[in-house]
Amino acid sequence: MDDPRRTAADLGTDHCRRPERETVAHPTNQPVNNQAAPSIDGGGPRPSRGAASKLLRAGVLAAALLAACGRPARERASGDTKPPSPSGLVASNGRAVATDGQWVRPTGDYAGTRFSGLDQINASNVRGLRLAWTFSTGVLRGQEAAPLYVDGTIYVVTPFPNLLYAIGLDGTLKWTYRPQPMTAAQGVACCDVVNRGVVYDAGRLFYNTLDAQTVAVDAATGREVWRARVGDINIGETVTMAPLVVRGKVIVGNSGGEMGVRGWLTALDEATGKVAWRAYATGPDADVLIGPGFHPFYPQDRGRDLGVKTWPGDAWKIGGGTAWGFLTYDPELNLLFAGVANPGPWNAEARPGDNKWTAGVFARNPDDGQAAWYYQYNPHDLWDYDGINENVVVDLTLGGRARKTLLHPDRNGYLYVMDRTSGEVISATPFVHLNSTLGVDLRTGRPTENQALHPSTGKVVRGICPAAPGAKDWQPSSWSPRTQLLYIPHQNLCMDYEGVEANYIAGTPYVGANVKMFAGPGGYRGLFTAWDPVKRRPAWQLTERFPVWSGALATAGDVVFYGTMDGFFKAVDARTGRLLWQFKTGSGIISQPTTFRGPDGRQYVAVLDGVGGWSGAIVAAGLDARDSSSALGMINAMKDLPQYTTKGGSLYVFALP
Amino acid sequence: MTRPIRVLALALSTAVLATTSACKRETREFRGYPPSANPGSVVQDVPLAPGPRQPEVTARSPYEHNAYAVSEGKRLFGWYNCSGCHSHGGGGMGPPLMDDEWIYGSQPENIFETIAEGRPNGMPAFGGRIGNDDIWKLVAYVRSLSALDVPQDVRGGRDDHMQYKQPEQEENPTRPKRSTLPPAATQP
Repeated sequence: MDDPRRTAADLGTDHCRRPERETVAHPTNQPVNNQAAPSIDGGGPRPSRGAASKLLRAGVLAAALLAACGRPARERASGDTKPPSPSGLVASNGRAVATDGQWVRPTGDYAGTRFSGLDQINASNVRGLRLAWTFSTGVLRGQEAAPLYVDGTIYVVTPFPNLLYAIGLDGTLKWTYRPQPMTAAQGVACCDVVNRGVVYDAGRLFYNTLDAQTVAVDAATGREVWRARVGDINIGETVTMAPLVVRGKVIVGNSGGEMGVRGWLTALDEATGKVAWRAYATGPDADVLIGPGFHPFYPQDRGRDLGVKTWPGDAWKIGGGTAWGFLTYDPELNLLFAGVANPGPWNAEARPGDNKWTAGVFARNPDDGQAAWYYQYNPHDLWDYDGINENVVVDLTLGGRARKTLLHPDRNGYLYVMDRTSGEVISATPFVHLNSTLGVDLRTGRPTENQALHPSTGKVVRGICPAAPGAKDWQPSSWSPRTQLLYIPHQNLCMDYEGVEANYIAGTPYVGANVKMFAGPGGYRGLFTAWDPVKRRPAWQLTERFPVWSGALATAGDVVFYGTMDGFFKAVDARTGRLLWQFKTGSGIISQPTTFRGPDGRQYVAVLDGVGGWSGAIVAAGLDARDSSSALGMINAMKDLPQYTTKGGSLYVFALP
Repeated sequence: MTRPIRVLALALSTAVLATTSACKRETREFRGYPPSANPGSVVQDVPLAPGPRQPEVTARSPYEHNAYAVSEGKRLFGWYNCSGCHSHGGGGMGPPLMDDEWIYGSQPENIFETIAEGRPNGMPAFGGRIGNDDIWKLVAYVRSLSALDVPQDVRGGRDDHMQYKQPEQEENPTRPKRSTLPPAATQP
């Protein structure tokens, strides 16, 4: 179970303590990162004219900034008062061109690559990375958010009570916004009271509170601009996801798939917070926003009102299909890609049928919400495998042919490469040990279930892999256009599963399963995989004692960052996986690391510690491990976590000296 | 069998029967007297009270010595989805109930109030939705999870499901602590 790389890790810590001057490069000596812009794919669609000019402007700005190094940090050296729109800096093929040094949304770019074009911190000097300062959020629950950086200020949102902090680049607090969500919301949040982040656009910050409100806050002052109630905790709805802000809409989805809610994705007007459209995941086509423009690739997804017909009776009304994951967007196709979560209850005998449109992915037009296509990863989901995981927008050359694809590491253990124009599955390859299915039939698009492990009420089925959180849960992966690898933080868990009767009582759990999880083959519970989607195999893979519940961050310096639940923030070589540096944080890490460049020209890396989430609830919520069904059975696999870490909730910001 | 031996056997079995029926377990009430919701006693959540010290009057659920009621409480615990949040005592969305930490008090009345009135950090108010009698059964079962005043022979001996923890019967009695802060109190 021990990580064989621990010795290398110790070395890294040692290096960190020594004042190593050779790794220190004055910012002015650094190449102007913008020029590199390595991620723009010549074969891909070109950025719009506006975007190109903004790119150029950003380059000039950065050059000016670098030249001005040593002077007091100013917001912007240019006389141009209009900051370049961060969204404009994303090439329309979705590839990251995050060379303006900002980090305006948890996913980095619209494509969800979480790739930064900054390369000041690179594989050869990262061992000199030092802690610049820390900031305590004062909240000791699972911290899943991504620190944003916009124009000299870092923005961080905490778990419940969802405080929003604006912090200067010197670590000083600028303002705090307190939305004061209803405390009772904590009682309907399935898997810790987490929040997955805040989004910046046009001078405002947008995020969701646990009690299902979306708020817009002035980024300069911390003043509330608008607030919209989007859900009702009395029927078990919470909101934990980070919104997608695109084309004047703030797009949010609900949580509560374990509470018998009906899942939805809602667009709010960015200026006012008024509802522009709402697309349910179940029910009649009119509710799901399925119209004449809907062209799913596979025949089983064609037909009228499948969101009703694939359910018994009215079960679709409490059938789940929430939208709590990360949304991605392709500006060229003007489509957003939204994973849909598990059907409810978990006990699948209560819902014979394919249970559309749960456990799949919708491509939708953000302007009106109309669905373009849909694909179901897990028809009639037996194992809480969802379909919620991110769909990273990447262009690949497959079989000599340029393809517009989505990369989707599903909870069911397959890495899907999909055609994002049509919803066709190009390949689906296991990226972890699994036995619950025997493969994905590319002709029908359906996974072949292992009948021997089919669950039913009152029957205990043992050794199902992956377990309910899947091969990979919420923790977002990162794509490097330089290495053409997808860096996936994930877990290696299996489970015993017993279906039990599920009673629907509004505002209480609706699960119907006893679950007991444990480490999969090998004994390690965490994996960090660099996946080659073309060769359909890992380029390298690291094991960790606990599930890797943090996000990944890849940079143009060919360094990949992630954090562990026992509290190590790690930098590994993007090409080999070799551990280059690590830092021991106060608590375990389950958040999303980000990187940015300050007005001083230095590249910073930021991460929150604070263990929690589904896997860390044993520590964050003080659960009793003697009951191995606690936290929906997760606790059985996490019994030793309290021996490694305690609660926390601090922001750590690192830079080269 | 000869007559004297038969008489002896009868006497012996009578003696055994008499001994067995003397067991508390065998004299349990299968239908307890339903207690009222608020017997009017004073149960403090906290050890601090102003003025002269007054004797604390603790209510006792009559179901705590009633194995049938405790097993009914266990069934209702699943039925009303208590187990959805508290699992089988170890907690999840809600706090654990099998440990010795009692945020809102461990006395039967405290637990009754917690179920009936709800608590501010997420415990829903079930009063008016679950009958008082059933709430008292739940109270007895919840207290049996940590062997609080519920005798061993009254506590559950086995589960009908996949084994996820040892039976309540095997729990060691705990000393309740009631100084734990609710989760929200640890937050700014």
